[in-house]
Amino acid sequence: MNSTHHEPTFVQRYIFSLDHKVIGLQYMITSMIFLLVGFSFMLIMRWQLAFPGHPIPVIGHWLPGWIAPGGVLVPDAYNMLGAMHGTIMIFLGVVPLGVGAFGNYVLPLQIGAPDMAFPRLNMMSYWVYFMGGIVMLGSFLCPGGPAQSGWTSYAPLSVIAGSGQTVWIIGMIFLITSSLFGSINFLVTAINMRAPGLTWFRLPVFVWAQVVTAILLLIAFPVLEAGSILQLLDRVAGTSFFIPAGLIIDGVPMTRAGGGSVLLWQHLFWFLAHPEVYVLILPAMGIVAEILANGTRKPLFGYKEIVGSMIFIGLLSFFVWAHHMFLSGMKSSLAKGFTTTTMIISVPSVAILTCLILSLMGGSIRYRSPMLYALGFLPMFGIGGLTGLPLGFTVTDIYLHDTYYVIGHFHYVVVTGSLIALMGGVVYWFPKFYGRRMNECWNKIHFWLTIIFMNGIFFPMFIQGIAGVQRRLYDPTIQLHNVIVQPTNIFMSASALCLMLTQSIFVVNFFYSMFKGEKTEENPWQATTLEWACPSPPPHGNFTSLPTVYRGPYEYSVPGRSTDWWPQNASN
Amino acid sequence: MKNEHSKAMIKTYLAVFGALAVLTALTVMVSTLHLPRVPAVALAVLIALVKASLITAFFMHMKSEGRLIAGIFLASLFFLLVLIIPVIIDIGF
Amino acid sequence: MSSLEATQNQTGIPNGKLGMWLFLASEVMLFGGLLSSYVILRTGSPNFGMPARELLGVPWATLNTFVLITSSVSMVLALSAMQDGRIPAFRNFMLLTITLGFVFLGIKSYEYWHKISEGITITSSLFGSFYFTLTGLHALHVIGGIVFNIYVLVQGLKGKIINPDHPDRLEYAGLYWHFVDVVWVFLFPLIYLI
Repeated sequence: MNSTHHEPTFVQRYIFSLDHKVIGLQYMITSMIFLLVGFSFMLIMRWQLAFPGHPIPVIGHWLPGWIAPGGVLVPDAYNMLGAMHGTIMIFLGVVPLGVGAFGNYVLPLQIGAPDMAFPRLNMMSYWVYFMGGIVMLGSFLCPGGPAQSGWTSYAPLSVIAGSGQTVWIIGMIFLITSSLFGSINFLVTAINMRAPGLTWFRLPVFVWAQVVTAILLLIAFPVLEAGSILQLLDRVAGTSFFIPAGLIIDGVPMTRAGGGSVLLWQHLFWFLAHPEVYVLILPAMGIVAEILANGTRKPLFGYKEIVGSMIFIGLLSFFVWAHHMFLSGMKSSLAKGFTTTTMIISVPSVAILTCLILSLMGGSIRYRSPMLYALGFLPMFGIGGLTGLPLGFTVTDIYLHDTYYVIGHFHYVVVTGSLIALMGGVVYWFPKFYGRRMNECWNKIHFWLTIIFMNGIFFPMFIQGIAGVQRRLYDPTIQLHNVIVQPTNIFMSASALCLMLTQSIFVVNFFYSMFKGEKTEENPWQATTLEWACPSPPPHGNFTSLPTVYRGPYEYSVPGRSTDWWPQNASN
Repeated sequence: MKNEHSKAMIKTYLAVFGALAVLTALTVMVSTLHLPRVPAVALAVLIALVKASLITAFFMHMKSEGRLIAGIFLASLFFLLVLIIPVIIDIGF
Repeated sequence: MSSLEATQNQTGIPNGKLGMWLFLASEVMLFGGLLSSYVILRTGSPNFGMPARELLGVPWATLNTFVLITSSVSMVLALSAMQDGRIPAFRNFMLLTITLGFVFLGIKSYEYWHKISEGITITSSLFGSFYFTLTGLHALHVIGGIVFNIYVLVQGLKGKIINPDHPDRLEYAGLYWHFVDVVWVFLFPLIYLI
């Protein structure tokens, strides 16, 4: 890495660092900023949903005229904010946080490695992600604004859309490249660089989750890359991969050769995007597993079942994608197959949740703040998962597709599920990152307010969805059947604003504690896994000598021992 | 000893070269027969698979690598089938 | 730190080799995704616009196939030579591989010019779109491979990073180059012969 002859410069140490820990923290801060950016877009949209046609207070007149003339959001801008909200939250927010931040920081530590297999590739992975984010945000400067065809970029709308859509595709290519670098790194590291004695079934569940996630990204993302190349060519070169013959736009027939298929884009897109949702949830489940084992002071219930279920989910996730396409006009015989596989994939998901819940049984629970987040995850993911079932059945999906029910379902899984778990992860590993604790009291306040307001935003969506309120609707009141549930929009938007304000607690606590938090020792949570067997924060190279692993990852409360935790690497 | 081994390897490489050349000529000749579509495609894909297997097994040394590497490569082919089969059923005919 | 890294390898497969195979797996999905799209639309589209066989330039493409196969052979012979410490043979085989790579690109360029003059462009029909996209992306990968090959040739002649005891990067360059050949083995019949 760096020559030992001189101290690394500031740039080498903090900007272009090759150390997985620095890169992990770079990912963490960057992704959290993007989460706040994506959230802000949604807040603007939520005002419009609650009070259609009214000027946005306070900031309305600061917004440029093409977004909100006179402070009133225009429909095109609503769609732009919606498309960018989804894109940013998924590809610039949750995945970089769950995989780039936590995966990078914790995985090498948990396997007893000094760093990732390819430190330079790791550094490039972060900076390509960062550039992708700049490109995505830069699309706001395009004439006609950023992408507005949903995060799903369906053809033919996305093909004829303004130049912001092209920039979106270029941004996606950056992000896919970053992801590819990362997955190769994670897999080689996990396969090759485990410490002596650390067999596959002694690995923490978090590592398994990251490995399965990396495989999903490695195999599925290139298919979206292929599709993106084709869509890019459709947009800039005038090809017709996704443009059928005889397409008429605004009364004018398209002059292209035609012959393409709009469904082809959807298949290529969802082949990635479905495994992508498991990329969103698996790292979070891994984090919850770690916190629960530690917080209950007992081994996880069904370690092998959890790992087996994660592998099974990973495999099956490639067989269910077209459940996003039941109403697309695809062949109904295919729909039958996909609804079957979708029902099957719910089984391992339930198995994991059940094992995690049963892990509480007989535990001696320490209600520290990480535990609150982990416990909060469980019922929330339960709601998210259960509400997915009517969407997986073709019969009920006919009614619920493209309604707010879908939005409620996936936000429950990703926000009250993944994001709560990820915040728990920040709180849990913060002492490792910085050698200091976050303020416990403020963490608890943050948790309770966050979970209450999140439910306030997303629960009414199920009601709206069943009432028939469609997604991506600029003004819900234009449809008569929506009027009866319109008041819920006011409640939801108020909850959203409160949720945003609550996050200031987390942000302040995070940065304050980084510098002024109570100092902590190596293993403040008295945990068994390897990341706690090195200093907090770990030095370059992590471990002074290569750890040897003698036992499984969750040897808590082992009878006959004086302490209730037995580290993996303790020789006696 | 090393020399013997590498001489044997080189003989193998040249044998594979010969096989690839013959198979290439074969696939071009078959295409001039103007077979009906399904057998033509099946035959072309089959010959391509044989050629690809030879290159993978001998030039890329897959034959001497362990199960992990073979598994990685085969897994990618498997997932490719998972992509192409449902989509071709949906919009291919 | 380097002593820590040296002792940790659970599978015995060097990190670089494992990494290259994983990368190739993702490339299978990339080219596979594009090739699948080609096959799907070729069978399912009402106006794919398949040109007559005479316009496809089968003889030139067949020649190119032989060029690429030969370059694969010379590549693996270069590796064998390096492993035996026969540096002049290594150099010659690498030069042959690189030259054949350029020949492939040259023939491809001629093909492109010929097709465009026959009216087959990237926008003229779905066939044209797929032809230029598939072979174009493949050609970009060939260029990347040539660059990688030049790099390992230079490093191999310097003898510090690539030498008979550590031919690793040469091996990885070989894996990549053979993969590029394998992709062409599928592209050739599916585009030109069916």
